[in-house]
Amino acid sequence: MKLAIVKYNAGNIQSVLYALERIGMEAAVTDDHAVLRSADKVIFPGVGEASSAMAYLRERRLDILLTQLKQPVLGICLGMQLMCRHSEENDTDCLGIFDTGVKRFSGNLKIPQIGWNKVLDTKSPLFDQVSAEPYCYFVHSYYAELCEETAGVTEYSIRFSSALQKNNFYGVQFHPEKSAGAGEQLLKNFISL
Amino acid sequence: MLTKRIIPCLDIKDGRTVKGINFENIRDAGDPVELGALYAGQGADELVFLDITATVEKRKTLSELVNRISHKINIPFTVGGGISSVEDVRVLLQNGADKISVNTAAYKNPQLINELAKQFGSQCVVLAIDTKQEADGNWYVYLNGGRTKTDSLCTEWARQAVDLGAGEILLTSMNHDGTKQGFALDITSRLAMDLPVPVIASGGGGTMEHFVDVFEQGKADAALAASIFHFKEIGIPDLKEYLSARGIVVRR
Repeated sequence: MKLAIVKYNAGNIQSVLYALERIGMEAAVTDDHAVLRSADKVIFPGVGEASSAMAYLRERRLDILLTQLKQPVLGICLGMQLMCRHSEENDTDCLGIFDTGVKRFSGNLKIPQIGWNKVLDTKSPLFDQVSAEPYCYFVHSYYAELCEETAGVTEYSIRFSSALQKNNFYGVQFHPEKSAGAGEQLLKNFISL
Repeated sequence: MLTKRIIPCLDIKDGRTVKGINFENIRDAGDPVELGALYAGQGADELVFLDITATVEKRKTLSELVNRISHKINIPFTVGGGISSVEDVRVLLQNGADKISVNTAAYKNPQLINELAKQFGSQCVVLAIDTKQEADGNWYVYLNGGRTKTDSLCTEWARQAVDLGAGEILLTSMNHDGTKQGFALDITSRLAMDLPVPVIASGGGGTMEHFVDVFEQGKADAALAASIFHFKEIGIPDLKEYLSARGIVVRR
């Protein structure tokens, strides 16, 4: 099993590596096209800002590579948002894998949403053997709108896509690497896809 | 619905936990990693590791410890104590800390908050405030672990820090800390309602009812405590069951 984590200018990669280590997996952190193409699974994590992340990916032509991957790909947090069509964060065109937009929370809310919230209406093998309506750990100011590819729904004033799935592409808004047992099971599920 | 968070705090000195230890089931309760993992397994929502010697003795929080914690712990954790520069924070985050908390150094140089928020994002910048209500009824900011009084009002400093980019406020009432008589509901609710970021209440939690109060009346987003968990006066699963039965949404 060759696991690859996309190396780019967004933080949080270390936590994902450690979480994989806890379930007995190793991963290569790389922006090498050949290594990413030949990996069995690709994880696209990220904490950061959308426009600078997309600029970085485009410079290295990782934007094209990512959309062409045939193996299972898991976007986490910003990674998932970048897999959507467009983000309101600095008006950024994203990868367009998921046919939905990313908007900023608004209204009388604490922003970012920080903490544990439920993932409802799960529809993906990612959630196999995860308890029903699991609590997962979120930290985000932007959210993906509901769409055909929504594979999990969370409520924070509005209902948004906390998980997405289209063909071999998976995305979660929360941080499985910080979501205790539920997150560990989800990562295991992704690896066994 | 976003849950209220329960956060055990582990005070660290020379890489060891210092507050009272009363555990039989783990190998080494003085090891912050073991104790943190125990709490994570019991359902703690986050952990805070505070290097209590750091500010006074100018000692830097040990990055090796943070690295060990992040290998083992599968929930988010914050590291604080003596953090005074962007470089300090970079090292801690690279070693796997999810958030850092700043206190005295941020007060002395508020631009530090701005720099940290720009470099790493507000979501990982927690401003810790030690505050005390004086005879005039006002809540003042204290520095250096509560040893140095300032003339700043807690509410004003908190607002300024949030404007500069602090993503959360960790509020400790010195009047309540260690008393086990309940949290400071008044100042907590003022900050929680006034600020657009989460407020973590700290100091005074002694009974499960106190946690109900701090969430309902204090409007806190999270509650932090140390010795009641360390001495097993309150178990995290019991506390969460109690809160849930009282209609407070917690992760179980």
